[in-house]
Amino acid sequence: MNQTSFIPEFVTRKSFIELDGRKRAQSLFDDGTWRELVGPFDRMESPWLPLQGIAPQFDDGCIVIKGKIGGMPAVAIALEGAFQGGSIGEVSGAKMTAALDLATKDSEVGKRTAAILLLETGGVRLQEANLGLAAVAEVIASVLALRPHAPVITLIAGTVGCFGGMSLAAGVSSYVVMTREARLGLNGPEVIEQESGIDEFDSSDRALIWAIHGGEQRVGMGLADALVEDDAEKIKATIRGYVKADLRPEYRSQLVELYGDRIAALDTSEQIDPINLRQKWNSKTTGGLR
Amino acid sequence: MSKHIGLRGRVWFQALTGNNQPTSEDPGTVLATEAQIGEETALFLCVVPDPSSRFPCVRDGQVGLEEAFTLAHHLRRVIAEDREKPKAKKRPVIAVVDVKSQAYGRREETAGIFFAAAASADAYASARMAGHPVISLVAGQAFSGGFLTHGYQANRILAFDDAGIVIHAMHKEAAARITRRSVAELEELGHEIAPMSYDVGDYAKLGLLYKLLQVDDPQHPTTADIEAVRHDLIDAIQDARRGASDLRNRLQSEAAKQTRKAGIAVRAALEAQWQNS
Repeated sequence: MNQTSFIPEFVTRKSFIELDGRKRAQSLFDDGTWRELVGPFDRMESPWLPLQGIAPQFDDGCIVIKGKIGGMPAVAIALEGAFQGGSIGEVSGAKMTAALDLATKDSEVGKRTAAILLLETGGVRLQEANLGLAAVAEVIASVLALRPHAPVITLIAGTVGCFGGMSLAAGVSSYVVMTREARLGLNGPEVIEQESGIDEFDSSDRALIWAIHGGEQRVGMGLADALVEDDAEKIKATIRGYVKADLRPEYRSQLVELYGDRIAALDTSEQIDPINLRQKWNSKTTGGLR
Repeated sequence: MSKHIGLRGRVWFQALTGNNQPTSEDPGTVLATEAQIGEETALFLCVVPDPSSRFPCVRDGQVGLEEAFTLAHHLRRVIAEDREKPKAKKRPVIAVVDVKSQAYGRREETAGIFFAAAASADAYASARMAGHPVISLVAGQAFSGGFLTHGYQANRILAFDDAGIVIHAMHKEAAARITRRSVAELEELGHEIAPMSYDVGDYAKLGLLYKLLQVDDPQHPTTADIEAVRHDLIDAIQDARRGASDLRNRLQSEAAKQTRKAGIAVRAALEAQWQNS
């Protein structure tokens, strides 16, 4: 590609990552079809943060938008990474499970309603600790209840990434879409360094972090489905494709024998090389989804 | 941190099944067996420490890759075998829980522990949704990703009313560091704010538990203790069979109506606005 054709495309594309959670969710819908539910004007905020001298937010960092995508009913639930690290508390968790459960209810009576989870989160909000953890368990349960009836699509755009308990919600989704700027894992690098030492994980090693948790690696090793550019139009088109897709006969998190065998085949005498693992897991001989 | 992590899990697995060794196909960190409970056979599952595990970061009783997929394997097998049976005949699943945490390791992150944990949670939830009564007995610790992987998808959760029981999102030291408090301040706060408490009595106030069980010394149960717990498990199985196969009971208990008021209000508001949109 020469410079004259490259530069205009780059400068005119609309970044998705630069949007906040609300704008991200809105951008996925057909024009004029969406509406926010239990928005900031409803003032449903965390009852636990003020008790600890922390300012709550009127939407508790969770945005629910219902509307149409590609002409089909859909609901998007976004966690705002800029509020308390996108953490899951009682209220944000309840919004998520309630929206998923309502999508299930509609889907069961023939109005298939896809759900898109926009996850930018460090996991459970420690100021609401056990209610956050319980919320994560309930979100997972609600994703699994909807999945047989309508697609559940996790979109991780970055730059917070998806860590902690919510990474399990990504893991049980029908599809996972990531950008190169997104990360997905159970434990973030700082947590591992803290718990297991710097020899186990040097959290200042940026290259290592991206090699393990980055979108390119997760898609490359088959644990996520699509790698998208940071381009709002392209992301919208990718999501629309999955919203309209036929339901899968089997989901990745049900492939217990395939992945159990792959884990059994790992050499654990030293650290695992991410590139090597990507090649092994995505090769035709060991199976894989695509 | 208390020193008994994983020991109580093994003690209660042994007490309820008469067995405390992994099968030859399973890793040394997972106990799985079928045993009699009341008039029927149940699948019992437990994750235990194994100092010789080939994954260094699970040796103290954490839940890692092999543990998650082994749990999922046993659950999927039982679901498949009972697929054609009526609901009343589907085998109960009893998760004996005593897990320190998920594994905090680089090997685990590289190979996708998030996904392994998801596969196990999926299998537990699938068993529940297929009509198997899934009961968790918290015999020691139930922390964070460890509990999400092993036990938190159960229809009914039982725990001993004992100082050694801790159900929480993160251990005290790390939670104190992240929320910028001292451990003493964190403990103090727990007395005022139930979801932050490390005390199982406060956990019970959240309305997520089916029952708190009274046993004098959970690490050394008497025959009478074991009989009583067996009885409670049978009650929980029957109650689960009578109830819904989702997790709605966690919002319907009297305690939940008090403590989870905000979440219940959000659900009601969202439902009302959903209908009108």
